Amino acid sequence: MDTAVVLAAEESHNPLLPVWSEVILALIVFAIIFFIVKKYVAPSFEKTFAARTEAIEGGLAAAETKQAEADAKLAELEQQLADARHEAARIREEAREQGAAIVSEMRQQAQAESTRIVDAGKAQIEAERQQAVTSLRAEVGNLATGLAGRIVGESLEDDARQSRVVERFLAELETAEASDAAGKDA
Amino acid sequence: MSLTASIAASAVTAADDSGFHAPGPGSFELPAVFEVAGFGVTKPMLLLVLSAVVVIWFGIASSRSTSLVPGRLQYVGESSYGFIRNSIGRDNIGSEHFVKFVPYLFTLFAFILVNNYFGLIPFVQYPTMSRIGFVAPLAIISWLVFIGSGIWKHGPLGYLKHATMPSGIKGPILIVLVPLEFFSNIVVRPFTLSLRLFGNMFAGHLLLILFATGGAALIVSGNIFYGGVGVLAFVMGIGISFLEMLVMFLQAYVFTLLSAMYIGEALADEH
Repeated sequence: MDTAVVLAAEESHNPLLPVWSEVILALIVFAIIFFIVKKYVAPSFEKTFAARTEAIEGGLAAAETKQAEADAKLAELEQQLADARHEAARIREEAREQGAAIVSEMRQQAQAESTRIVDAGKAQIEAERQQAVTSLRAEVGNLATGLAGRIVGESLEDDARQSRVVERFLAELETAEASDAAGKDA
Repeated sequence: MSLTASIAASAVTAADDSGFHAPGPGSFELPAVFEVAGFGVTKPMLLLVLSAVVVIWFGIASSRSTSLVPGRLQYVGESSYGFIRNSIGRDNIGSEHFVKFVPYLFTLFAFILVNNYFGLIPFVQYPTMSRIGFVAPLAIISWLVFIGSGIWKHGPLGYLKHATMPSGIKGPILIVLVPLEFFSNIVVRPFTLSLRLFGNMFAGHLLLILFATGGAALIVSGNIFYGGVGVLAFVMGIGISFLEMLVMFLQAYVFTLLSAMYIGEALADEH
């Protein structure tokens, strides 16, 4: 019956009117939760959010730096490559010019050498001809002397033999002269 | 007297054999579970404390790890905190001042949400926020917070002008408009805040009790047709339970959202 009375008293309570003990309890409980959320939960979440944002932004910045570095490196390498190609072309051109110069120089040298050899040959031939003429002269002299000696030494037995000797000598002389002239022509 | 007592008792213990009595406001008046120095501690009071334990545990446990790649609990905590922070706080208060209010909004949302869902958890089944004694303080705190931030931003008179005089309106119309604005922006807000939450929880729970106790009374009535209707009532009750799940979330969301909007409005520059 006691319970029934209590229930009856509460049943007559208007649900729109707050029970003050409940109001106070709600305030206390809410204050405790709020305090803990404010002190521990929210700062922790905010810290995590901030750290994550920073990590993402930092990562992006680092990636951008890396990208820029890579671009710079690539440009530098391309520049170097272009330089190297240019250099190679220049060296090739130079080599070609040098080669051409060497070839023409060699040709000139060969020309000069051949001219020199031909001149030397001519000079030698001339010298030998001179020598031949000189020795021929000497020989002709000897021959003439010999012949004269023979003519003189031999008794003029007959006219016929005498004339033969002279003719032979002349013929010899002529041949010598002819060969001499031929040698001179050559 | 004895009649009302028996109505109350039957409503509390569901339908008894002596006949069905519709649930009413008395269904929310539970006897004290135990007494401490003559002060009766009731089930909703215990539930309120339990909700505090749940909210604090969740808050601490989910925010303890601050790793950049969150675990499951940390992810849930961050998502809910981020939802309150960005969708409710920043979007309504503005990015300049909102951070200061996020702990309050988060506490408000979590506290109301857990207490609402107590209405559907088996064996608990009591939405704590159907007691206006628990709702009214929250509404009054929100009221104090938004009025306080308005005064902090504009000064007492400046805020009064900010709240009651719509900009761009001049002339005698103000004589009508200012009291109206004062009434709607300052006076009724704590009442609408608390009544909305209280009314939804109260009515929803009443509906669930009605379907459950009514269904049970119909099934045990012995009449086969009544029994069929009773089964239907249970099915409806299950459907209403799912609807209540939505309503419980929505009411927690709306209470928090409106608090944030009021704060944002109070902090707004002259518009």
